[in-house]
Amino acid sequence: MTITLSEAAARHVQKSLVKRGQGVGLRLAVKTSGCSGLAYAIEFADALQPEDIQFASHGVTLLVDPKSLPFLDGTELDFVREGLNEGFKFNNPNVKSACGCGESFGV
Amino acid sequence: MALLQIAEPGMSAAPHQHRLAVGIDLGTTNSLVATVASGLTRVLPDDDGRMLLPSVVRYTDAGIVVGHAAQSAQTEDPCNTIVSVKRFMGRSLADVDASATPYALVDTPGMVSLDTRAGVRSPVEVSAEILRTLRDRAEASLGGDLVGAVITVPAYFDDAQRQATKDAARLAGLNVLRLLNEPTAAAIAYGLDRAAHGTFAIYDLGGGTFDISVLKLSQGMFEVLSTAGDAALGGDDFDHRIADWLRQQLALAAPSAGETRMMLARARSAKEALSSAPVTKIALTLDDGRSVSFDLSREQFELLTGDLVSRSMAPVRRALRDAGVAADEVDGVVMVGGSTRMPQVRAAVRKLFGQEPLTDLDPDQVVAIGAAIQADVLAGNKPAGEESWLLLDVCPLSLGLETMGGLVEKVIPRNSTIPAARAQEFTTYKDGQTAMAIHVVQGERELVSDCRSLARFELRGIPPMVAGAARIRITFQIDADGLLSVSAREQTSGVESHIEVKPSYGLSDAQIADMLIDAYGKADSDMAARMLREAQVEARRLVDATEAALAEDGHALLTNDEFVAIQAAMYALAEALEAGDDSTKLKLLSEALNAATTEFAGLRMNAGIRRALSGTRVSELQS
Repeated sequence: MTITLSEAAARHVQKSLVKRGQGVGLRLAVKTSGCSGLAYAIEFADALQPEDIQFASHGVTLLVDPKSLPFLDGTELDFVREGLNEGFKFNNPNVKSACGCGESFGV
Repeated sequence: MALLQIAEPGMSAAPHQHRLAVGIDLGTTNSLVATVASGLTRVLPDDDGRMLLPSVVRYTDAGIVVGHAAQSAQTEDPCNTIVSVKRFMGRSLADVDASATPYALVDTPGMVSLDTRAGVRSPVEVSAEILRTLRDRAEASLGGDLVGAVITVPAYFDDAQRQATKDAARLAGLNVLRLLNEPTAAAIAYGLDRAAHGTFAIYDLGGGTFDISVLKLSQGMFEVLSTAGDAALGGDDFDHRIADWLRQQLALAAPSAGETRMMLARARSAKEALSSAPVTKIALTLDDGRSVSFDLSREQFELLTGDLVSRSMAPVRRALRDAGVAADEVDGVVMVGGSTRMPQVRAAVRKLFGQEPLTDLDPDQVVAIGAAIQADVLAGNKPAGEESWLLLDVCPLSLGLETMGGLVEKVIPRNSTIPAARAQEFTTYKDGQTAMAIHVVQGERELVSDCRSLARFELRGIPPMVAGAARIRITFQIDADGLLSVSAREQTSGVESHIEVKPSYGLSDAQIADMLIDAYGKADSDMAARMLREAQVEARRLVDATEAALAEDGHALLTNDEFVAIQAAMYALAEALEAGDDSTKLKLLSEALNAATTEFAGLRMNAGIRRALSGTRVSELQS
C-alpha cells in the first residue's frame, strides 16, 4: 500500500504549509458524491486522527483514512500546470471511469 | 480530470454541490424571497402558500410579529405596528415628514429611530426582522443554510440607504452577496441582459410607491440612465377610490373604522377581479345590519381612477427626458408591481411607448426572480465563463486622491464597472517624511477644491527615507454595492492604514450631471491650473533638495564659484515660486537649476559611492 507525491507536488505542498503557518501534513480522502460516484478531497491536516494511515513522500506527511485507502492505493499525486491553471492531479491506477467534467470518478 | 486545490480541513467542496442562495425583494409594502433550484427560478411561499410577505413588523408584549398577522393589527395598534419602514432607511429625522406617520420618531445620530413598545428601534432593526422572516422561510423550504442573498434596492437609493440595507441584512444573519438595483433585477428576470445592447424602461407601480427607471445595456452592463417616480402613488390609491365611491353610493357620512376597513378590503378584491372580468359584484354588510350589493364595471373603475394613471405618466416622461431617450427608442418596457395588472395601466403604458409592455412574468415576483438569478450566479452555481454578464453597474464619478499642490490623481476613472479595485504607487515628498495624509475625493475636475471630499486618513510609521524612496501602494476598492474602501501600505516596512468611505449622503443624479458638465466646460482652465500646480510642486521640491544638498556637501565638493552659481539659480527659482503663477517661468528656472546642479549631483554620487566602498575588498563585493 503506497501513496506518493511527485517532486513538484511535494514542493508545492511544503510551500503551502509554510505559507499557512501550521499543519502536520496533507490529508487525502475519497468521498462518495458527484456524478460518477467518488470524488477526491485534498485538505491541510492540523491533527492526526487515531485511525489515520501515514505515508511519507519527499519529506511530506500524507494522511489517509482507512476507508479511502483502497481507492487511493498506488496513486501518485502530481502538481501540474494546464494552460493558466495550476493544481493537483491524481494519477490513480484504480480509476475505471471519470465523469465528463472530471470532478468525480468510479473504480 | 479537473485540477484540484488544497482545502482547509473539513472545507472540501463536494462536486456539483449546489450552494443555496436567494434573491430578496425588500419592498416598501411587500417583500418576497426567491431562489433558483434545478435551473428553475421560483418564489418561496410561506406555510400557508402565500408568496408575498407584507413588510409590516409589530412589536407586542409577547414578541415580534411580522407579515400578515402584523398587518391585520395595523388599525388597532398603529404606534407599534411599523409599515413602510423602507421609507425611513438611512434617513435622518430632518429628511422625513414626521406628521405623516403615527409613530413616535426619535432623532438618533445618523438615522431616525422609532419608539415602540419594545424600546427604541432603528429602521435597520425593523427591516432586519422582515429579512429574518424571509431567511427562515428560505432555510426551512430549501433545507439548509444559505450561502448568501442578493437584496434589491431602488435605483435612487444613496450610499446611506444602501449601507442601512446591508446592515439590516447582516443583522438578520444574511451574507449579502450584492445589493442590486430593482429595475436591473426586473430586466435580468426577463433575460434582457442577454441582448447585446438596448434601452429599457422599468415601470414599477407597487402598493404604495411608483418608480420609473430607464436603463441602458451595453456589453452586458446595465447603467441606470435616469429614475423618477411618485413616492405617494400606488395600488392602495386605487382601492381608496373604489371605497370612496362605495361610501358615496351608500351615502355614509362617517363610516366606522370597521366599515372603512371592510370597504377597503372589498374595494381591493373588486380591483383585482376587474383585471380579468369586465364587471364585478361588491357585497357589503353594514354596522346597522343592512346588506347591500353593487355592480362595478371596468369602465366605471377606469373613470374613477383615470387621473391616478395619468399621474404616473408625468414621471415617465420626465425620466425619458432626463435620459435623453425618446419613447419610441425604448427597446422594451418591463412591468413590475401588482398594480400593473390593471388593464388601464397597461393600456396607458402601451400608448405612451407605442409597444406592448412585458407582462409574462408575475409582476409581483419579477424583482425577486431577477435577484434570485443573480444570487445563483454569485454563489458560484454557474460554471466559470458564464459569469461575464455579471458586470452590472458603473461608478458615476471618478474617485481619486489629493497629491501635492491640491491636485487630484484619479485612481478609478468614471464609468468603471463595479466591483472594481485599482492600486497605484505614491511616494514621499520630503526627506525623512514619516507620515502621509490621504484625502479621498470624487469628481472629474483637476483641483481638489473643485471636487467632493469623501474621506481623509493618515498613514503613519513610514520609515525615514530620502524623498521619493518610499513606495506607498494605495488601493481603491469599490464593492458591488458601490461602497468604497481605500487602503495605503508602505511596501518596505509593511505599515498599513485604511478607511471605509460611507458618505452620510449620496449625490443625486442631478448633482452628478452638474459636476460632469462643470468638468467638461472647464477642461482647459483645469488643465492650465494643473500645469501651474505641477510646476510649483516640482520647483518647491527642487529648491528643497538643492538646499539640503548644498548644506550637506556643498562646501566639500564645490569651488566657491560653483557654489555661488547654484545658489543664484536656486534663489531665482525660489523667488519665482513666491511670486506665484507663471508656470512657463517656473519651468524655465527649474530647468536652469537642474542644469546648474547636474555636475554637483554627479560629484555627490561619486562621493557617496566612495564612502560606501572605502575599506571594502573587491572580493567581498563580488559575493
